[in-house]
Amino acid sequence: MAKDLTARERAVLILLVEDEPADAHLVRLALRENRVPAEVAHVVDGREALAYLRREGPSFVGTERPDLILLDLNMPRMDGFEFLAAVKRDPGLRGIPVVVLSTSEAERDVRSAYRLGAAGYVAKSSSVNDLIVAFGRLSRYWLTLARLPARGK
Amino acid sequence: MSEESIMADSQRSKRMLMVEDEAGDARLLQLAMRQSGFSAEVDHVWDGYEALEHLRRAGLQRQSAARPDLIVLDLKMPRLSGLDFLRLIKQDDDLRAIPVVAFSSSLLETDVRSAYEFGAAGYLTKPTDFQELIDMVNVLGEYWFRLVRLPHND
Repeated sequence: MAKDLTARERAVLILLVEDEPADAHLVRLALRENRVPAEVAHVVDGREALAYLRREGPSFVGTERPDLILLDLNMPRMDGFEFLAAVKRDPGLRGIPVVVLSTSEAERDVRSAYRLGAAGYVAKSSSVNDLIVAFGRLSRYWLTLARLPARGK
Repeated sequence: MSEESIMADSQRSKRMLMVEDEAGDARLLQLAMRQSGFSAEVDHVWDGYEALEHLRRAGLQRQSAARPDLIVLDLKMPRLSGLDFLRLIKQDDDLRAIPVVAFSSSLLETDVRSAYEFGAAGYLTKPTDFQELIDMVNVLGEYWFRLVRLPHND
């Protein structure tokens, strides 16, 4: 399934927006266990994620546009909903699919995320094995099956 | 490994609305679903216009039309194209939460980009090989019906 990458620029770039270092670590682990040929750029909240995408500030000069965004909901400064709304309002960014990763299973949160334009809502599991299975499904859909927009600018 | 705990509300049976004007493509997709592990109820409509009627329960015939959990949308259709349909339902307060996956034979980057910009939750190219179609349906079903949470479809 995971094809060998001959050129580095062919690797998919995932922007992970997650304030919990432990959760970010688990996401990387789950991607690695599934041999997902993706690079991960990690930012810690919605505001930093927007700065990354808009290449604002000295740390984000020349950042690459991600192919997929994985988004936590509960974060300081700018939470996932606000970030999602801002991305989907921005004509230059709205074409990037955003998948929500959340511990909340409240119907209100699920519905809000989809209404704002989420392309999936994955419940974070506290079990590492479940998380690995989840990321297998997620990456088979997004990185193997679906055609994503060309990276471009 | 407990597969059960990561199944998204698996008790409820899922419904898919297939919007496809090609009878052959629609039949193959339904056949592939039956042959895969995919267990969703499938409703089929023939174009974007009919899909809107279905979703809005317009007309006597559609009064009891069931809301889908997922829409699989061909792009090239008469009357109301897939992209026009997509734009309309993503502007509709009542319907916009339903995820829509584009299912097209077009490889054009402009179609891919437009679909995502209009709110598609995935863009799948129609396979020419039946086994590939079954594999596609399996991955689609695993993601939408076994992994992610979906809003309640009422």
